[in-house]
Amino acid sequence: MTGFATLFYKEILRFWKVSLQTIAAPILTALLYLLIFSHVLEEHVQVYPGVRYTAFLVPGLAMMSLLQNAFANSSSSLIQSKVTGNIVFILLPPLSHLEFFLAYVLAATVRGLAVGLGVLLGTLAFVEVSVAHPLWTIAFALLGAGILGAMGIVAGIWADKFDQLAAFQNFVIIPLTFLSGVFYSIHSLPAFWQKVSHFNPFFYMIDGFRYGFFGAADVSPWLSLAIVGGTFLALSFATLALIGCGYKLRH
Amino acid sequence: MHPAIEIRGVSKSYGRVRALCGIDLDIPQGEFFALLGPNGAGKTTLISTLAGLTRAEVGTLRVMGHDVVGDYRAARRCIGVVPQELVFDPFFTVRETLRIQSGYFGLRRNDAWIDEVMARLDLGAKADVNMRALSGGMKRRVLVAQALVHKPPVIVLDEPTAGVDVEMRQALWDFIRSLNREGHTIVLTTHHLDEAEALCSRVGMLKQGRLVALDSTESLLRGFSGLHLRLRLLAGDLPAALLPLQTGLADGGEYLLSLRDHTQLEQVLAELRRAGREVAMMEFTQPDLEEVFVAIMRRH
Repeated sequence: MTGFATLFYKEILRFWKVSLQTIAAPILTALLYLLIFSHVLEEHVQVYPGVRYTAFLVPGLAMMSLLQNAFANSSSSLIQSKVTGNIVFILLPPLSHLEFFLAYVLAATVRGLAVGLGVLLGTLAFVEVSVAHPLWTIAFALLGAGILGAMGIVAGIWADKFDQLAAFQNFVIIPLTFLSGVFYSIHSLPAFWQKVSHFNPFFYMIDGFRYGFFGAADVSPWLSLAIVGGTFLALSFATLALIGCGYKLRH
Repeated sequence: MHPAIEIRGVSKSYGRVRALCGIDLDIPQGEFFALLGPNGAGKTTLISTLAGLTRAEVGTLRVMGHDVVGDYRAARRCIGVVPQELVFDPFFTVRETLRIQSGYFGLRRNDAWIDEVMARLDLGAKADVNMRALSGGMKRRVLVAQALVHKPPVIVLDEPTAGVDVEMRQALWDFIRSLNREGHTIVLTTHHLDEAEALCSRVGMLKQGRLVALDSTESLLRGFSGLHLRLRLLAGDLPAALLPLQTGLADGGEYLLSLRDHTQLEQVLAELRRAGREVAMMEFTQPDLEEVFVAIMRRH
């Protein structure tokens, strides 16, 4: 597994060397969201009884940042390597498809977790949030980062240019995260949009993650775990198949 | 003993462009082989299919007996490729780049060999310099070093001397020659045909995806056994009887003649005497690989 360990280490080093951009910047963005939204809505919205809106917002923002950054890590690494041509350094060695997949997904997970944890720690200065069920929190954080890491691989392999990747990010990833209940409970939506939200796997990631904090959620955490876990497995197999057939990598 | 490289009936198209058309080629272990051809002939495509960067539509390729698709991990351990494009990872220093490349090949403690490769390619002083800060020639050397980190039995160099200065070119060839002497099989593509002639024992020529010549360098040169004569006269033009032999005019009023062999020289001298011409300068040249190449490319 030296090949996997090296690719994983390289992927960690890649974002760590520019951590101001890859970790500090998204943490700052999330804290700004928190400051502004809590300032505007604190007095007007209460989602769960006894939970302040600012506290409600914290897990959602942490998870949103985690997901977006996990996606950004694998996708941007691959598109950069493809555009600059240095992808050959990964394609020439005897790395197995699984080593390739695991290294990118795990590095994306590490970056996602680093940003998510950074957001949580940063918010401690403004709001007190307790974690009711840490294991649920960890499970959803890991699975969510894994899913977005795998999606990042797919997008990075599919995109030929930076603008195609940006389109994927802006038209798929960001709407799915923003419309997943980061800033609101889906129970506050009209019935139609509540139904639509149930088809968004990101909703279950955020809802399950939030359950870990408050012990309350829009749907059962077991249902969320089943959907998120199933999505992760299905996406992993699909991504492995894509890597295996050499789609756009070995054309 | 199986060949270092075994290519059977390999074809590949990109859309309507046929990049490779039924290539068959064996390269025995220990050979120094030149793969020549004009731009777009399919050299890089052939190398890419061998290295697993591209998949052939038809045919099979083996490196040291390992199929490049079915047994891809073993095949890739046996081959080191210096890509033609000047690519690098801007996040890392030279040493980091080489350590990471070693790791991809499953090698953990490879510093002794990395140091040796860097020393042989005169990269020692740049070990801790970021890749971005290196000149083009230096980056090319790092590419060569990256292809050698796992001491592959088969080394493929796709135009390795493009943009490299003369001194470094010599050092690089000394190094590659010594690897060849140690038993490594070398495959080289280059547009410097003098390099191919000096280094390679056998030559394959590609044109429009087809292998149009495959022979030892010696036989190819022997096949074009004509002689070239450069001639400058003190005064007067070339006698009319010699005009059929003339192939051109060089700078300074020199005539270029093509002779069948040395015996034809007597006929030239006799004609010059008969016409009362005096020779100011006369020089013989043997045909080189470049001429053979041009002739073969014209023929096909």
